[in-house]
Amino acid sequence: MTEQKPVLRLEGIVKTFPGVRALDGVDFDVRPGEVHALMGENGAGKSTLMKVLAGMHQPNEGRILIDDKPVVMTNPIAAKENGVILIHQELSLAEEMTVAENVFLGELPRKRFGLVDWKTLDDRVGTILKQLNCDFGPRTRIGSLSIAKKQMCEIARALTHSAKVVVFDEPTASLTDSEKVVLFDIIKDLQKDGVGIIYISHRMEETFKITDRISVLRDGAYRGTLNTAETTEDEVTHLMIGRTLDTSNGTNVSNRGEVKLSVRNLSCGNLFHDISFDVHAGEIVGFYGLVGAGRTEIAETLFGLRRHSHGQIMLDGKEVTINSPVEAIANGISLVPESRKEQGLVLGMNCRDNMTLPQISDLTQGPFVSGGAEVDIYKDYQKRLEIKAPSWRSIVGNLSGGNQQKIVIGKWLSMKPKVLIVDEPTRGIDVGSKSEIHNLLRELAGQGYAIIVISSEMPEVLRVSDRIVAMYSGRIMRTFSAAEVTEDSLIHAISGLGGTDAAA
Amino acid sequence: MTDTPQKTSSGGLNKAHVAQFMARQGILVAFILFIIVFTMANPRFLAVDNILGVIRSSTIIGVMALGVTFVVISGNLDLSVGSMMSFSTIVVLDLHDKLGPLLAIPAMFGMTMCLGAFIGFLVGYLRLNSLIVTLGMLSAIHGLTLTYSGGKNMDIADKEGTWFDVFGQGVVFGLPVPILIFGLLALVLGLLLARTPFGRQVYAVGGNGTAATFSGIRRARVVFLCYLMSSFCVAFAGMLQASRSMGSQNTVGQGLELEVLAAVILGGASLMGGSGAIYKTVIGVLILGFIQNGLLLVGLEFYVQFVVTWVIIILAVWLDVAAKRGKLWSPIA
Ligand SMILES: Nc1ncnc2c1ncn2[C@@H]1O[C@H](COP(=O)(O)OP(=O)(O)OP(=O)(O)O)[C@@H](O)[C@H]1O
Ligand SMILES: [Mg+2]
Repeated sequence: MTEQKPVLRLEGIVKTFPGVRALDGVDFDVRPGEVHALMGENGAGKSTLMKVLAGMHQPNEGRILIDDKPVVMTNPIAAKENGVILIHQELSLAEEMTVAENVFLGELPRKRFGLVDWKTLDDRVGTILKQLNCDFGPRTRIGSLSIAKKQMCEIARALTHSAKVVVFDEPTASLTDSEKVVLFDIIKDLQKDGVGIIYISHRMEETFKITDRISVLRDGAYRGTLNTAETTEDEVTHLMIGRTLDTSNGTNVSNRGEVKLSVRNLSCGNLFHDISFDVHAGEIVGFYGLVGAGRTEIAETLFGLRRHSHGQIMLDGKEVTINSPVEAIANGISLVPESRKEQGLVLGMNCRDNMTLPQISDLTQGPFVSGGAEVDIYKDYQKRLEIKAPSWRSIVGNLSGGNQQKIVIGKWLSMKPKVLIVDEPTRGIDVGSKSEIHNLLRELAGQGYAIIVISSEMPEVLRVSDRIVAMYSGRIMRTFSAAEVTEDSLIHAISGLGGTDAAA
Repeated sequence: MTDTPQKTSSGGLNKAHVAQFMARQGILVAFILFIIVFTMANPRFLAVDNILGVIRSSTIIGVMALGVTFVVISGNLDLSVGSMMSFSTIVVLDLHDKLGPLLAIPAMFGMTMCLGAFIGFLVGYLRLNSLIVTLGMLSAIHGLTLTYSGGKNMDIADKEGTWFDVFGQGVVFGLPVPILIFGLLALVLGLLLARTPFGRQVYAVGGNGTAATFSGIRRARVVFLCYLMSSFCVAFAGMLQASRSMGSQNTVGQGLELEVLAAVILGGASLMGGSGAIYKTVIGVLILGFIQNGLLLVGLEFYVQFVVTWVIIILAVWLDVAAKRGKLWSPIA
């Protein structure tokens, strides 16, 4: 690749928050038509750097140059006008509005008298959605879309502008494999148009597939830039976390006990049908399938957030009725939900209070909450999950995305449940902590917990599961044991091609 | 290839620190400035009897504000407290002569809290919008009060032969009883909100209702209890009011809902829910009381206070928002 003049340069960016030095003199540049990866652990400062670039934070020191001219990004609009577009890690769509309104929010095309030109709007958004291979129209309400589809709307929003630099902050965290393919095509198209792309992800595989260079941040400091073609995953990991990682598939020695949870013929409207499976003490059952296959809905039913129309749920051999999360928790079921921001956390609360929320009624001394007991629980899981937060008093909304996710996991692990259900447990979590969480799940299984892991990441399912349930369109297609499963057979099963298991 | 910049210590007081301090303490700072200015204008402002007078006249608003704090933190509004307070005042005065004070007080508490429970049911369990429900109840309860009283004012017939005046007019250890009641209630409710599991759940429900549900919190029940708490405080306020004046019009609480809400907001609670505290509300109540008193002392007509109160509230809210975003003025979004 010929050395081109960078379209964007960041020089010596420093950004402090009270008590945190999030960026410590970071240099970074992007050339036109390149995909430049920004990597680093949770809390390394990636999102903060991008927010500085997009005018959402003002840097304490340092400068931003576009086409060699210094610019000041006073606010997101100024950034857009300078051709910088940021696709956020955390979705920021108006739930009650339509896709079209969200895509053009604040810049709706106008007719005479300032009236919104709905037709033009629909046409333009429709074109973009088609380009993105979306199966929903411009008039769809955002609130009715899955997380993955919302993500596509965020991307659609970015494509409405002619951009010099587009930043993708963990765009694939909640996308399915086929959606990812679409996204990578979009990125290629942008590349061809000479747009510089900044790509943030914790997934090595895709980073190596689509990027030209990789820059690494660690604890807010710039650690260096590598040419993707000339480096290895180990080298990048080492730069990120200061050590190399053992990513070998640990053999899952399960000491399977008796059946903890069994589900028989569970059905719920058109969401899922005739679901039967068992989870034993001491084993992890992975649920793999495409987004929309009904896995989350099953989890929500087990946790009392939905009512099923048919079937039974049995715990320790006894049939139970679970009509609310309260009853689920009382029965020893925990759910780490799919969306940390909407379902997992009270963003304005501090770390400790979030973590102890489900068990707050049990942490009392007389009528009062025992702050000491709470802090003990927080510190315990903060250590085990390596949560990076200045203190337990830090507001959760100020933590990096990955660290927020760890708080949610800690919140439910600390309940010491009989049955632990985790829905996309490592979404947005860095490589080091990811294997940490996988190990932890294995360790918990070893201690006799019955665990269900729902994941759209095949390596994750393969890594942690003793058995894998493959789902397609609300039905269980096949159940694999860890010994017999192969990637191909799994892909085959979840694409709905093979028909269901004959054995019931 | 790798170059690690040296960690440099961040320089002392920067803008962000100031902004953060203002976000936490802005209201308090403004209040202290206000006291200094008014004391210079009229030294009597800080005389002990004036201070006690101000606190005493703030107690009725104050007691109601304690309950409304729960409702606001849970992410809802309560505009019915003024009209509900008229109701409890009238009821307790009427029952006083019929049943005697010992029975009249619990009966009135029961009736008032039924109203609170009804609102709590509508907002909590039926999930109706709290603004609509409580605005409607403001008017409905007013009608109820008029029906109850037949449109007449209520008076206690034998003002000398009862001990009922002790709540509003008594003095214990040199302190007016209403101040003691307000202080005690603030202490108990403050502990309830800040230190108990229930209090924590109120913050969670207001901060993110969905996440609260996912955490096994009975959201409807929490909201219900907040309204029950609010009506409990209103009943106290009605008792104080009745005992202070020993007679009352049907409309004694009219308009107080806004002053109550103002005090809660001045204390820094967010109308979005999830933030606020009892001690902050107490500060808000005192600020409001002292502002109104100060305006009178410097010789302004009493109706000026309506305008000034509004201005102060807008300033308080602005300061709060500005401190949070670190800028006074933000031309976009
Ligand atoms: N508004 C804020 N107030 C206080 N601290 C903040 C704020 N925003 C970010 N931080 C802190 O800055 C650090 C960097 O956070 P950032 O979100 O940039 O991490 P990240 O590299 O994007 O991590 P992740 O991979 O988890 O998304 C973290 O320690 C975080 O707690
Ligand atoms: Mg981030």
